Amino acid sequence: MMDCVEESNHDPLSVPAVSTPSSGDIKPEKKKPNENVSLADNSLLVDISDALSEKEKVKFTVHTKTTLPEFQKAEFFVVRQHEEFVWLHDRYEENEEYAGYIIPPAPPRPDFDASREKLQRLGEGEGALTREEFLKMKEELEEEYLATFKKTVAMHEVFLQRLAAHPVFRSDAHLRVFLEYEQDLCAKPRGKMDLIGGLVRSMTTTTDEIYLGATVRDVNDFFEQETAFLQEYYSHLKEAVAKVDRMTSKHKDVADAHIKLSSCITQLATREQPSTERFLTRAAETFDKCRKIEGRMASDQDLKLADTLRYYMRDAHAAKAVLVRRLRCLAAYEAANRNLERARAKNKDVHAPMEVQEAERAQSDACARFEQLSARAREELLDFRVRRVAAFRKSLIDLAELEIKHARAQQELFRKSLQVLRECQ
Amino acid sequence: MSEASDAPFSTVEINNESRDEEDLFASAVQEVSLDPDVNGAQDSLDKATLGDITSSPAMINSPVMEEIATERANNIIITVTEPQKIGEGMSSYVAYRVITKTNMPIFSRHEFTVLRRFSDFLGLHEKLSEKYLRSGRIIPPAPEKSIVGTTKLKMTSTPSTESANGTTNSAGMQSQFVERRRAALERFLNRVAQHPVLCIDPDFREFLESDTELPKATSTSALSSAGMLRLFNKVGETVNKITYKMDESDPWFEERCARIESLESGLRRLCGACEALATERRELAARAHDAARAVAAAAAADPHAPLSRALSHLSDLHEKIEHLRNEQANTDFYVLTEHIKDYLGLIGAIKDVFHERVKVFQNWQHAQMQLTKRRENKAKAELANRPEKMEQAANEIIEWESKVERCQQEFDSISRVIKKELERWEELRLSELRATLLRYLHDHMQHEAQAIRYWDAFLPEARAIK
Repeated sequence: MMDCVEESNHDPLSVPAVSTPSSGDIKPEKKKPNENVSLADNSLLVDISDALSEKEKVKFTVHTKTTLPEFQKAEFFVVRQHEEFVWLHDRYEENEEYAGYIIPPAPPRPDFDASREKLQRLGEGEGALTREEFLKMKEELEEEYLATFKKTVAMHEVFLQRLAAHPVFRSDAHLRVFLEYEQDLCAKPRGKMDLIGGLVRSMTTTTDEIYLGATVRDVNDFFEQETAFLQEYYSHLKEAVAKVDRMTSKHKDVADAHIKLSSCITQLATREQPSTERFLTRAAETFDKCRKIEGRMASDQDLKLADTLRYYMRDAHAAKAVLVRRLRCLAAYEAANRNLERARAKNKDVHAPMEVQEAERAQSDACARFEQLSARAREELLDFRVRRVAAFRKSLIDLAELEIKHARAQQELFRKSLQVLRECQ
Repeated sequence: MSEASDAPFSTVEINNESRDEEDLFASAVQEVSLDPDVNGAQDSLDKATLGDITSSPAMINSPVMEEIATERANNIIITVTEPQKIGEGMSSYVAYRVITKTNMPIFSRHEFTVLRRFSDFLGLHEKLSEKYLRSGRIIPPAPEKSIVGTTKLKMTSTPSTESANGTTNSAGMQSQFVERRRAALERFLNRVAQHPVLCIDPDFREFLESDTELPKATSTSALSSAGMLRLFNKVGETVNKITYKMDESDPWFEERCARIESLESGLRRLCGACEALATERRELAARAHDAARAVAAAAAADPHAPLSRALSHLSDLHEKIEHLRNEQANTDFYVLTEHIKDYLGLIGAIKDVFHERVKVFQNWQHAQMQLTKRRENKAKAELANRPEKMEQAANEIIEWESKVERCQQEFDSISRVIKKELERWEELRLSELRATLLRYLHDHMQHEAQAIRYWDAFLPEARAIK
């Protein structure tokens, strides 16, 4: 069942005709966070030119065009899987040099479970549906699947684009390897062990956060406020994402409910006199069109509202990670201070002892690192705020405009069919 | 928040106390409607359409008219309003104000109002069925009894008319229940009133006109002994319906029977689809509400003032959308689903009538058989040459011959009446179906207009984010 969907979607990006007008907006929309970072130079351009969905994995073809001398060729393609994107993200996160930067959040795992589940339910309920209803449902599902697919591709693309456009991240060696190396990177698809590892890692991050938050006294008001804000903001966004997701999925169900209505009316129509039949068939057509518009409404809501919220939820998470790294750095700085004091106390009588000198150096290094990180983090966090507001503004305007567009279309549909139906006697 | 919880109520017109004369009339015209005119969506366009789609013009032009009927369709409009709870506890009941406006000469006045309770309506239906079902009339079905709904209603202490402004969800369910019933009762009475024969029935007129309380119709209660008896009868009839197969001699009936059956199954599916749609929409409303709250929380946490403002507007917008979705669900439900349910009820009444005809046919066949038997007896007696038996047999033959003739007449008459009734119904049902679909689309068009207004108002807010 699923295979046939996938087969038809082997090359979704090169089949623009299938897409609804709204899903066509995905790519430009998704590039949005990039706009604010972009340096307006074309020395490193990355996109995902193609993607292929197989049973368990999605293969992305990453296309790079560059004028930078570090690369061997000016243009090249590599095939990457989702896990390799995550690998790349983790390399950035590990690198201490980037501790002060908000690292673009890794793209979410391709998730077609919702579509699969729906398709399965559809397969089970096949008997209860007429053939026509079944086909319509299937068509609807395929569209949904395609939209999810495109979204996944777009999110992976945005991740790379943000890295490529970043003044510091773009020259990272790992990124170069990711873009250039033609073999598989050794990022194996996550097994169960890896999953547990990831869980442990995220747990340590969380406990670190709590532990450091409790033990390290931060004297800087800005960061204290920022921490509080991000903490709260993240949880609110998470909640909002969940609720909006639930709303859009229900909206899809509402749209799907029209299928049955329309087919029932069509069926009734077949038993009637020609004039009534015409009337009912027209009415059924109206319901069918109405379904399409409702479906578009739902997917645009998903795209403009839920996805913006989701993206900034993840970005807020990344920003939070910066703060944790800063606290860790602060803890190291404080430890260096303590070390220095201890060394001084121990070597009170010795003139210019090695131990104290070393500790002093370590302390001043830690201090410099911390100062640097703080300055960088401050800049990044301020930038995050600006970026966020601009992105929300754009999405909300788009959302309102699309909602108005769809409501107009719906109203027009009803108006027209009322006119037609009134004449239909 | 209060606005959101008000949402289910403002769409139903239970609270009629504030209505003056004109309003009453306006609502009388919209007999099928449950217009959610909360947002002033009721404009002149609406009025014009209403005139268009009420079924009465079609009725007037209907060529099929009954022998006793006047030239025109019955000029009578009945409104049921102000459901009010009377008494407390299990003995309490809801009384409805039944307002009749007519210029039919058979009524002594042009306008009159009575207070009736639900069981009175059932009693009326019972009486009409007793009198007319046997002759092949399609009696519009009365709304179903709902023990759960009634009991819940009895258990609450607040009168339902007040709970229309209440805040709890259960009160909302109840006012919906009462409102649904009110609308169903109104449709029932108007259907009876539009029927040329049933309308002038003395019991019906007494129901509408008599100021005194009607004798309590005990037999309608679901739990009474008469109710049980009726249940047994019903079971017996069902068995009879299943086991007895009539040889249909009339192709018209054969065709109609098959059509009604297929219509019924199609309508049942449609009814399910409509209900599903309304349910999904209601859930969507609930989820819009959740989303609104979550967005409001996010807005409150946002340090950027214009964005925070825009988000809280978005939250308000979703609260309004929740309201709108509920209205849409009401349209799905009250306009479409309820109509289809009525339709199914009428089909049930038609099947009852068909069954009556089968019963008459059975009687006729039985008489015929008896007659043949008597004739055989007579022949036997003639063979045996027993004059006293011959005479008895001859008498019996005469007796049964007249019985056969009576039965045949009865059968012919019921068949004729049914044909007429069905033709009248055919006419009526198409215009009603048409009106319903038009009304449905029209209401949804209004909802979309409302949605456009909401989002239009939001757009500048989004643009104002700096």
